[in-house]
This record gives sequence, C-alpha cells and structure tokens, in this order.
Amino acid sequence: MNLHFLANPTRFQRWAGAILPWVATLAALTLGLGLWLGLFVAPPDYQQGDTVRIMFVHVPSAWMGLFVYTGMASASAVALIWKHPLADVAAKASAPIGACFTFLALVTGSLWGKPMWGAWWVWDARLTSMLVLLFLYLGYMALWDAVEDPARAGKAAAILCLVGAVDIPVIKFSVDWWNTLHQPASVVRLGGPTIHASILVPLLTMIVGFTLYYLTVLIVRMRAELAARRVQALRQARVASRESTLAPEAG
Amino acid sequence: MTRKERRLLVLGASMTALGLATALVLLAFRDNLVFFYSPTELVEMQVPEGRRVRIGGLVEERSVERRGDTVVFRVTDTATTTPVTYIGILPDLFREGQGVVIEGALQQDGTFRAASVLAKHDESYMPREVADALKKQGYWQPGERK
Repeated sequence: MNLHFLANPTRFQRWAGAILPWVATLAALTLGLGLWLGLFVAPPDYQQGDTVRIMFVHVPSAWMGLFVYTGMASASAVALIWKHPLADVAAKASAPIGACFTFLALVTGSLWGKPMWGAWWVWDARLTSMLVLLFLYLGYMALWDAVEDPARAGKAAAILCLVGAVDIPVIKFSVDWWNTLHQPASVVRLGGPTIHASILVPLLTMIVGFTLYYLTVLIVRMRAELAARRVQALRQARVASRESTLAPEAG
Repeated sequence: MTRKERRLLVLGASMTALGLATALVLLAFRDNLVFFYSPTELVEMQVPEGRRVRIGGLVEERSVERRGDTVVFRVTDTATTTPVTYIGILPDLFREGQGVVIEGALQQDGTFRAASVLAKHDESYMPREVADALKKQGYWQPGERK
C-alpha cells in the first residue's frame, strides 16, 4: 500500500471513518496521562518551581504549530505538482488547527514570560518569527475564503503556504543564529536533551497526545470538507441538469 | 519532460531562490535581529552615551549591592564587565550567576543605567534534588548558571 491508495477520496472516507474512533480514544488517553504526569507526578523545577508546568502545554503547542505548517507546506507542494485531490483538502483542513496551536504557544509563553523573564512580550527573533507564523496561518485561511472558485483559491493558498514555509527554519534556529531572550532548544539538540527525565517524560507524553489530537481533528475536518465539496458538486449538477432540461423549452 | 516534472522543477527552483533571498535578507539585517549585545560588543561598538541598547550577560558573583532603592551590580561575559545601576523591581530569577538582559544606556561615568532588567532562562530543566546533587559532586560546569 502506498500513498496513492489513500489519495482516492472515497477510499479515504471509508478508511478514515474506520480508524477515527481508535485515534480519538488514544488521543484522549495520552492527553489524560500526560496531564496527570505533568501536573501531579513531575517535580517542580529547581529554579522555576511550579511555573515549569506551563511548558507541558507550551512546548507541544509550539511544536505542533511548526509541525502542522510543515505538513501543510508538503501537502501544498503535492497539490501543486501532482494535483492530488486530497492534498488540497488536507492543507485546508489543517490551517485552523495549526493556527490554534500557534496561538496557544504564544499565550502560554506570555504567561510564563511575565513571572520568569519579567516581561509579557519581547521582540526577540524567536517570539517575532512565531508571531509571523500565526499571521501566515490567518492569511492562508483568509485567502481560501477570499477567492470564490475553490480550484483557484487552492492554488493561490498553496503558493502562499509554500512562500511562508521559509519561516519554519527561521523559527527553529532563531535561538542559535541570534542572541534571543528565549532559551535555546532543550530537547532536539546536539548532545541530547538538557531536561531531566522526570520532566522530559511528561513533556514527550504531551507531545504524543497533541499529535494524536491533531490527527483526530484533522480526520474530522477533512471528512467534513470532502462532504461539503460533494454537496457543492451535487448542487451544481442539479442546477446544470435543470438548465439543460429547461433550455429547449426556453429556446 | 512531462508537465508534472516541469511543475516540480519550477517549484523546486522557486523555493531555492526564495530560501536564498531570505537567507541574504536575514544576513543583511543580522545586527538588527540581535536582541542584546554582550559587554565586550558594547565596548567594541563604542555605543555613544545615552543611546538605548540592550546588553546581556551573567550577573557577576558577589557584585549585587542594594543602596536604598537602587540596585548596583556588574554584568559580565567573562571577558568584559559592565557596571549597572537599576531602580525598580527585579524578576524572580534575578540573582548572582544568573543570565540577564538589561535595557538602558551608558552614562558619562561608564556605568550602564538600566531602564528594565529581564532574567534569561537557560535550557536546563531539573528537579531541585538533582540540581543540588550535581552541585555537590562538582558536576556543575563553569558556563552553567547556579
């Protein structure tokens, strides 16, 4: 089985319907476990105290913001080059979810920043590039809504998405390239994580939970989008058939 | 060449050009993208007195002194040290050995008058017992904060 197998919308509908309850259950269980580990099992940090627990939401949200956008950019490239019908749908369905994750990362970061740094917000490279990502998501969604014809809207949005993709490496490496107030990477870095296992395990659990949650919502949104397109197509077909039957009489 | 291959080629070329353009822009604006300068850079750049800049470094050990409302301390990048004066509330993480970012301006007497002090958090997270154990065994590396 390869990806072509899933690129067929009808087959996707059947397949997605079958796995949805499993993914949703797994997401709920993992998020529950992650929250329990993060709020009750993980010890307070040696200098941040209990404020460290904000990280269990902040880091997964920020990662998902980047991950979802990377997925959207890949789907947009596939949609532009190979014109797979589902790639378009996947990218469109992902955007609001990614925007929410990015927003959550910005808000939780701000809540953490005030007690720890002494400022709600600073214009350093990491925070600014993350804010740009939120605007990219919003712009992408607005573009889909601004253009009437879905084929043209999809093409324009896909190009915007790919242009915006340059922000992703900038966000990831901003803390290495420039002096920032935001701390450097703790998990994905050369030399291994700098987080003690008792804090790292709840964090990784939450990241898995967030990813499963994303998959759940993505499947629901993609099915809804496919259904909406089908309704649109049927409606157009009916209007067309009525016009063709009416046409001889009118003529 | 099929149409798919042509589209792939066009997309690949545009993304490469876009990436290159971004890299050049970021390189050109490098100095403005920096959130703070080190005390050494502050000296090297010969920033004029009174111009608002941000400097970052570690609060030097045994340098914090409170004189009434004013806090006096020194910020170091281990090569150069800048004396700082500040009036106001310090963040929770502020202490000797901690990384800080200070916004303010150089005064005539060579001290740095801070308008705001932000604490910089590092990338290490651990429970208190582990931190204490590491310190006790002398595993705490010189560059790391205490």
